[in-house]
Amino acid sequence: MTAEIIVVTSGKGGVGKTTTSASLATGLAMAGKKVAVIDFDVGLRNLDLIMGCERRVVYDFINVVHGEATLKQSLIKDKRHDNLYVLAASQTRDKDALTQEGVEKVLDGLSEDGFDYVVCDSPAGIEKGAHLAMYFADHAVVVVNPEVSSVRDSDRILGLLASKTRRAERGEGAITQHLLLTRYNPARVAIGEMLSVKDVEEILGINVVGVIPESENVLTASNNGIPVIVDANSLAGQAYSDTVARILGEERPLRFIDVPKKGFLQRVFGG
Amino acid sequence: MGILDFLKRKPEPTATVARERLRIIVAQERSTRGAPDYLPMMRNELLEVIKKYVHVDIEAININLERDSGHEILELSVTLPDGKSAGKAGSEAKTG
Ligand SMILES: Nc1ncnc2c1ncn2[C@@H]1O[C@H](COP(=O)(O)OP(=O)(O)OP(=O)(O)O)[C@@H](O)[C@H]1O
Ligand SMILES: [Mg+2]
Repeated sequence: MTAEIIVVTSGKGGVGKTTTSASLATGLAMAGKKVAVIDFDVGLRNLDLIMGCERRVVYDFINVVHGEATLKQSLIKDKRHDNLYVLAASQTRDKDALTQEGVEKVLDGLSEDGFDYVVCDSPAGIEKGAHLAMYFADHAVVVVNPEVSSVRDSDRILGLLASKTRRAERGEGAITQHLLLTRYNPARVAIGEMLSVKDVEEILGINVVGVIPESENVLTASNNGIPVIVDANSLAGQAYSDTVARILGEERPLRFIDVPKKGFLQRVFGG
Repeated sequence: MGILDFLKRKPEPTATVARERLRIIVAQERSTRGAPDYLPMMRNELLEVIKKYVHVDIEAININLERDSGHEILELSVTLPDGKSAGKAGSEAKTG
């Protein structure tokens, strides 16, 4: 059994990769899969905070790569989901600490341990860290915001995914590309201030796998160290649940992409 | 133009502006992806040459790299300014 490797990447920084990685990994675990989520952002560990396990990090990714700790010792078990594990990024400033062979060794180890999915949270940019995060991937989630520089960068990344991965190099068939539009604000789209889902799909020539609305609950979730997908009442959480289901092959209509219609009471009393 | 038209005229939504800019730059970057690094410099030098004859802006020069089976075609198109076309050239001159 080999684990399916999913990279979460974007090119541009700060668009929601770590937020997405945390919710995707948690969502897959909620669907009964055995999941590991790895922080590839060497030197800028963050995923541990979003997953709420920052105080339980003993060994990290680089420790495993260097043989200073075993995978078992380094994987941090999630508090809420038995089949979910986090592998933290190293805080070292040595960007060369991560090697292709090292990454391969860790991914092979996770496959041997019976993991179904490994989610790789890529650093921003197109340098070595981002390259290593995508190299072994079977699937990619490209996170994009409805904003010019993010859209342009995601096109670069889509190009790299099609050519600079092991699958592409070996001619094993293209990796599955999923475009995830996040921080979407339907009200601003409606008045022509923000690129629409359709605009982004047309420019990039690929359909979205999900649309995550801009939501205050994302900050609340990160404050608490609980991935937003766990908050089933939040729109962002529900949108992430839909997205995970689609990645698992289910068909679900897009939600939260239109300005909410005013309810009866609102129409009567205004507001 | 009547005063009503003037009042009714809305500025173009910024999302539309963003969409059109992205369409152009994404198409251009896709077509020159994996192309030699000297393309932007060559574009600049071509601009200098063209400027000797007609005043154009760097944005007027479009470079496209087309890959056919076996060979590549570098296509340059220069959009000349309205009315001020050099000699008998039309509004667009292409070299293949
Ligand atoms: N749907 C959303 N609504 C509101 N805020 C969001 C949403 N998604 C992400 N954010 C916020 O955007 C910021 C950046 O998110 P995140 O850290 O996930 O991005 P990143 O792509 O991992 O960044 P980096 O490139 O630095 O790794 C965070 O403050 C996060 O709370
Ligand atoms: Mg991040």
